[in-house]
Amino acid sequence: MSETSVAKKARPLSPHLQVYRLPLPAVSSITHRITGIALTVGTLVLTWWLVAAASGPDDFDTAQRVLGSPIGLLALLGWTWAFGYHLLKGIQHLIWDAGVGVNTASAQRNSALVFGASFVLTAIVWIAAFAL
Amino acid sequence: MASTSDNGFRTRLGRVRGLGSAKSGGAHWLAYRMVAALLIPLTVWFLISIVRLAKAEHADAIAWLHQPVNAVLLLITLIATFHHAAFGMREVYEDYIHGKLARLAAIALTNGAAILLAAASVFAVLKIAFGA
Repeated sequence: MSETSVAKKARPLSPHLQVYRLPLPAVSSITHRITGIALTVGTLVLTWWLVAAASGPDDFDTAQRVLGSPIGLLALLGWTWAFGYHLLKGIQHLIWDAGVGVNTASAQRNSALVFGASFVLTAIVWIAAFAL
Repeated sequence: MASTSDNGFRTRLGRVRGLGSAKSGGAHWLAYRMVAALLIPLTVWFLISIVRLAKAEHADAIAWLHQPVNAVLLLITLIATFHHAAFGMREVYEDYIHGKLARLAAIALTNGAAILLAAASVFAVLKIAFGA
């Protein structure tokens, strides 16, 4: 059988980022990954915040002060957008995994939709956070 | 015999023979999507909760976690989040790290970090929830 020769043939490996130009769906796809990695790193902050809350008022106040500082707020703003984007794009991926809308036109339209909606969601969350 | 029509007379088994074993790949793929779907309502709940806790004093955060509903939902959110993060990072490594040893090391280190952070954050939540 040709099984071993198929396996040994040098096949192209991802990433192909240098090979192709990046249309909107490709940018949207890689952004999903980048936001996913950023959110993974963000779990460090979440854990720190919870541990600070568990260890007492002083540590919690420190955590709240750091998160409320200009750099902290900027990081949280970035986190909010990354979260919103990853959530929305993730829903789109689950719909694709169900076999619905797997075509170029849908990918083009949904990529723009996800980008737009992620900014709207970020704005709503921050207006709510300051208004409440 | 079920659905041989769309691909000549070959059976489903005949078509996948020789392509290599998926091993636990199918279960892995499905588990990743199930947890992702679970995270949609959980993370939306979490986002609304932390917006409402944005300016919280320590006592407010503690009071919030003293409510069993919040503690239980947060525990599920945390475990699902670290599971999803570890699986997601694994996919990234599998695509971009081509050295076998380096890839294994990256996956193992990430899984270890995810377990450590999950344990620390779950412990923090339980400590507050069961605390006076």
